[in-house]
Amino acid sequence: MRMPTTITATKDARPLAERVAHVADIAARYAGEVDAAARFPAEAVDAMRTTGLLGASLPTALGGEGLTLAQLGSIAAKLGAACSSTGMVFAMHHSQVLSLSRHLGGSASLAILAGRIASEQLLLASATTELGIGGDVRSSSCFVDLEGDKVRLIKNAPVISYGSEADLVLVTARRNADSAPSDQVLVVCDAANLTLEATGGWDTLGLRGTASMGYKLNALVAADRVIPEAYEAISAETMLPVCHVLWASVWLGMSRALVETSRQYVRSAARRSIGSVPPGATKLVGLIAELERFEALVEGLTARTESLFDDRDAMGGIGYQVSINNLKVTASELVAQVATAALAITGISGYRNDGQYSVARIFRDAQGAALMVHNDRIIANTARLILVQKG
Amino acid sequence: MSAVDTVRRVLDTHGKLKTPAGALTEDDDLYAAGMTSHASVNVMLAVEDAFDIEFPDELLTKTTFCSIRSISSAVEGLLEAAA
Repeated sequence: MRMPTTITATKDARPLAERVAHVADIAARYAGEVDAAARFPAEAVDAMRTTGLLGASLPTALGGEGLTLAQLGSIAAKLGAACSSTGMVFAMHHSQVLSLSRHLGGSASLAILAGRIASEQLLLASATTELGIGGDVRSSSCFVDLEGDKVRLIKNAPVISYGSEADLVLVTARRNADSAPSDQVLVVCDAANLTLEATGGWDTLGLRGTASMGYKLNALVAADRVIPEAYEAISAETMLPVCHVLWASVWLGMSRALVETSRQYVRSAARRSIGSVPPGATKLVGLIAELERFEALVEGLTARTESLFDDRDAMGGIGYQVSINNLKVTASELVAQVATAALAITGISGYRNDGQYSVARIFRDAQGAALMVHNDRIIANTARLILVQKG
Repeated sequence: MSAVDTVRRVLDTHGKLKTPAGALTEDDDLYAAGMTSHASVNVMLAVEDAFDIEFPDELLTKTTFCSIRSISSAVEGLLEAAA
């Protein structure tokens, strides 16, 4: 298990864009190795630490940089273009950071904890799914068990992305032993106060660097680590919207990288047959049009989320929930379509795992988008919502 | 062969010029000499191929391809940046 980090944030004074470019460079350098070995992108995440990016979404009052959702999305896209797994780690981390920092509920100890994310550059993971509840993250079987002034949590989680690398794990559980499955709270657990017994590996088609292994989690933490607010509200107002916006941004970045490789391939083909337009060029026109639709979709939902972010009623409203669910589904379909089109354009060069026109790694990564929180489940949830939606 | 000579050779093959490129000065307007915008795309591709470079978007303008000198200096700038 990763011990609590001893790195203290040394302020990296460079402008945000330079720091992001630095992390993206490192992510790109190790992307092939991370994929081949199915290992955590440790170099890129260390670079996020040294450049202060892990705390960047916190408000300045808590020591962060108060980045907007649009800024976070732009970073997620740049990292995703370099290394899909690194982008996803960035996206998942900040969805957890905001789930804590936006729902402190006046708790001084939780505010101090949130501040440590910036001052110590802590990495956050989440344990929301549980064995035996059919994959529904809005339902828990495990519960918060009071032991004196502490609480015990035992959860059999089929997936905790980069769980053994995280400094803090946010765990969903029923409020107490008598609570209904949907009466959930979110508990913030320090790596030092929990054990993770691995129950499964992570050898997958794509997104191999997210190290999303299964664990039996056993935590004993101070009772004030239970976020007082109901998880239902945290999920609706922060975790789900931020996840969907930042995931879609990562997928957009992956799509941009695919389109860029396709464009380079078509131009090189054009140089070999000057005077005739290579067949891939026509397909590239369609691909660029698809990317433009993707850009507009992500930009639109990011702006809408930003404008509603502090309006709790609007965030929890059915109209918005339907849109933000659809964003995840549509964006995940688009990245897979872009990947298929990029492969058709680049042909065998793209199909290869090596060479400058390879799209193989991102193609495989793109297939995961529809499956991580399966689109079928999201569409079923959305279908229930629209039954009660008015207008 | 200097960049200018290579550009002249490319123009003779792909520029659709009314006169040989050797008869033009480095500052003569290539569009006035008969190069169409379609031909300029082929010139761009052939220049990229000849020098193993790729013009970035900001250089893909009508002015970059308006004379032998403008093309050659764009090429030299890219070769220097790559060195």
